[in-house]
Amino acid sequence: MKQIQFENRYRSVWNGLEAQLEQLEAIRVGRQKALPLDQFVTDYRQLCHQLALARERGYSLELQQYLNNLVLRAHRQLYRYNPSLADRIGDFFGRSFPQAVRRQWRWHMISALSFVLSIALAWTLVHQQPDMVYTVLDESSLADIEMMYQPDEDGGSDIHADRDGSDDVLMFGYYIKNNIGIAFRTFAGGLLLGVGAILVMLFNGSFFGAIAGHLINVGGDEPFFTFVIAHGAPELTAIVLAGGAGLRLGWAIIAPGAYTRLNALRLAAKDSLPTMYGVFALLLLAAFIEAFWSPRDFEPVVKYSVGAACWGLLYLYLLFGGRHGTGKG
Amino acid sequence: MQIDERLEIETPEGTLLTLSLAGPIPRAMAYGIDLLIRIVFFAIFAMVLAALGKVGTGIMLITLFLLEWFYPTLFEALRHGQTPGKKFMGIAVVHSNGTPLSFNGSLIRNLLRTADAFPLFYLLGFISTLLSPRFQRLGDMAANSVVIHVESTPTAVKPENADTTPPDWPLTREDQLALLAFQERQSQFSEPRQQELAQLAYPELSPSLALQRLKAVTRYLMEGAR
Repeated sequence: MKQIQFENRYRSVWNGLEAQLEQLEAIRVGRQKALPLDQFVTDYRQLCHQLALARERGYSLELQQYLNNLVLRAHRQLYRYNPSLADRIGDFFGRSFPQAVRRQWRWHMISALSFVLSIALAWTLVHQQPDMVYTVLDESSLADIEMMYQPDEDGGSDIHADRDGSDDVLMFGYYIKNNIGIAFRTFAGGLLLGVGAILVMLFNGSFFGAIAGHLINVGGDEPFFTFVIAHGAPELTAIVLAGGAGLRLGWAIIAPGAYTRLNALRLAAKDSLPTMYGVFALLLLAAFIEAFWSPRDFEPVVKYSVGAACWGLLYLYLLFGGRHGTGKG
Repeated sequence: MQIDERLEIETPEGTLLTLSLAGPIPRAMAYGIDLLIRIVFFAIFAMVLAALGKVGTGIMLITLFLLEWFYPTLFEALRHGQTPGKKFMGIAVVHSNGTPLSFNGSLIRNLLRTADAFPLFYLLGFISTLLSPRFQRLGDMAANSVVIHVESTPTAVKPENADTTPPDWPLTREDQLALLAFQERQSQFSEPRQQELAQLAYPELSPSLALQRLKAVTRYLMEGAR
């Protein structure tokens, strides 16, 4: 059969398929079920056959390309995977996230250790040698921090004074942009053989430790700890989890085990993705608490109990969430 | 080793699909366009929000975060693997088995963007793209995705009303494809260059006759004898 005859014979099928594809591509996935699609699969099979024929018979490259593109578009529509979003979110918080965290507990442990040890080191050093704080922070940012947390003459401190709703929104935006950005970069930094993730943990740990140690030295510890205790639970946990997920990526490249490096990386990325969704959710929560709860001026007892509840609930969830049912957790 | 920018995948129907992979240059240009769109959008948005004072600044920071991390993810996941820049450049992201990019896939490749951007100007991503046989940056490797050209070439095989000549040699499939390719691309060459090429097939004929003869043979291949 010559190419022209071939084209004339099947052109109507191709046009029909193209029209259907345009319909399918134009609407949202959820509504596609309403379309009459019986013909689509038959036409697609035929099209595959015709593409093979066109190649075998050596029809023009342009025709082959056209058929190839058509197959590609139809293939995309046919093999699309889309379960309902609400189900997936429920399943995620109910099972996938805590399970993913526990599955990778070794990496999170390393990440947490590097974070906690650098806090402890910086804290102790600054506590023993107050001047050491200047190795981590410069003078002007230290002055800002002192101003925020040091008690004024009337007993309150700067973070509680002159603060209204618009400041809360401003800080909410700032925490989102800053903290979630840091967590995502930590994860990506892990890809560089884990070095990026570890560095972020060490750096942030010593920063936090130095500030805490310094504020104790200058007597601003109560405003500081009442401020950070509640949002610290989701925020510090999320940063540690992002570091752990990043380390998992880096290790997949360093020691891929039974897989090729490429496949090990793919598996690691797939494996850590639930953790990263969770990190995102935790940091949103942290930004919310940090902007709208932490600056409120309550009795230290109230702040500490709410903070303790945050830590307790979060770790109960991560340790025991999603253990029932599947038996996989 | 064969250097080829095409990726062949087999569908469950047993057909070989050919994807033509996009190299670093169109991808960098698509990125540039996206960056420009985001900057312009943000500038306009920021001017509006400046009127709202501190609340406006807060919303502005959230917008900045969303633009940085979720602009590519949302577009790729919801618009057939294409951000506006990619659409303009005629490229799209798909999984390396040719199926549409899932939200997870898109998120992985965009979260790992920072590693590709390391240390400056996407140097690591660029090197990885050059080394990878499928032009994948690190994020693509982790997400198992590839960037392909999607421009659709219109089929334009129009029958011409002219005489046809059967080929005077035993025609192989490669010959046939070469002739058809010549037919499709001849408008890209000047007339003398076409004649020159035709003379490779018919060295004994004059240039213009050789071209006529070659076109007649090609028509025969497509339409058969008249």
